[in-house]
Amino acid sequence: MARVRVNGVEEEIAAGTVAELLAARGVDASARFLAVAVNGTVVRRSEWPSRPLSPGDDVEIVRPFSGG
Amino acid sequence: MTDALIIAGTALSSRLFVGTAGYPNQQVLLDCLDASGAEIVTVSIRRISLEGYAESLVDLLGGRYRLLPNTAGCATVRDAVLTAELAREALETDWVKLELIGDRETLYPDVEQLVRAAEELVGSGFTVLPYCNEDPVTCQKLADVGCAAVMPLGSLIGSGMGIANPAAIELICSRSSVPVVLDAGIGTASDAALAMELGCDAVLANTAIAKSHDPLRMAAAMRAGVEGGRLARLAGRIPKRRFAEPSSPQLGLIGS
Repeated sequence: MARVRVNGVEEEIAAGTVAELLAARGVDASARFLAVAVNGTVVRRSEWPSRPLSPGDDVEIVRPFSGG
Repeated sequence: MTDALIIAGTALSSRLFVGTAGYPNQQVLLDCLDASGAEIVTVSIRRISLEGYAESLVDLLGGRYRLLPNTAGCATVRDAVLTAELAREALETDWVKLELIGDRETLYPDVEQLVRAAEELVGSGFTVLPYCNEDPVTCQKLADVGCAAVMPLGSLIGSGMGIANPAAIELICSRSSVPVVLDAGIGTASDAALAMELGCDAVLANTAIAKSHDPLRMAAAMRAGVEGGRLARLAGRIPKRRFAEPSSPQLGLIGS
């Protein structure tokens, strides 16, 4: 278990990688238009299965929304 | 007659950019975008809901429009740059409408941070279109650091107050080395026409369409306003004069 921040909320996760975190949260990693950053750096989609998560990591998972 | 707008080497057929926020529903949004003739439509980048995954707006727009992600709401260089990088990853575009907000109440840009963020993003290969103050010096600085266009505000975002300082907008247009896209404050079609008459290369409208009584009609009106204003600009307006100048012939008047 690791304590990380996911979209601004601190939580304990069992996931070891970005891909596992997405799967655990019910996010379809094959969905288009998703983007992920860890600690202020974008993690490319191809790296999601291999990018490890460590305690204290700050994860942002985003997508496009309506906007002006 | 071709009159394409060219930004960063890309020819665009429409001079009206349309925002996608605040429409009564998604079908009205889609109909409005269609009626507006827009080629570029803006979107934001936001955290996903971790409660569930719904169909995205972009799923409906992708392929039909050129999506221009914004960094709306960002208040620091770091957040704006990261948002732009996430947008690039999510949408596979290096275009970004850079917003760096200095004040939550007025949504005025933070010019000093805006220029820094623009420079950093240009250095990372982005095509940067910054939302900025209607100030020729700021616009020049943004062009100097490599922005592909500048997007000065007509008046406050969402205010519908039109172009508060037309003289400044005209001055910016007359000096700018990059295209000028009037952003923010458009309230109705005549505001868009005025922007184009002042020399703007394009106009961005969102709230004026989305929140009007009949968004579909307003989208068509904005399109007509932009096209009319552009034609008038190209035609060249007559000079203003203080006194009347009769348009009918002076000779042959009865009773003379």
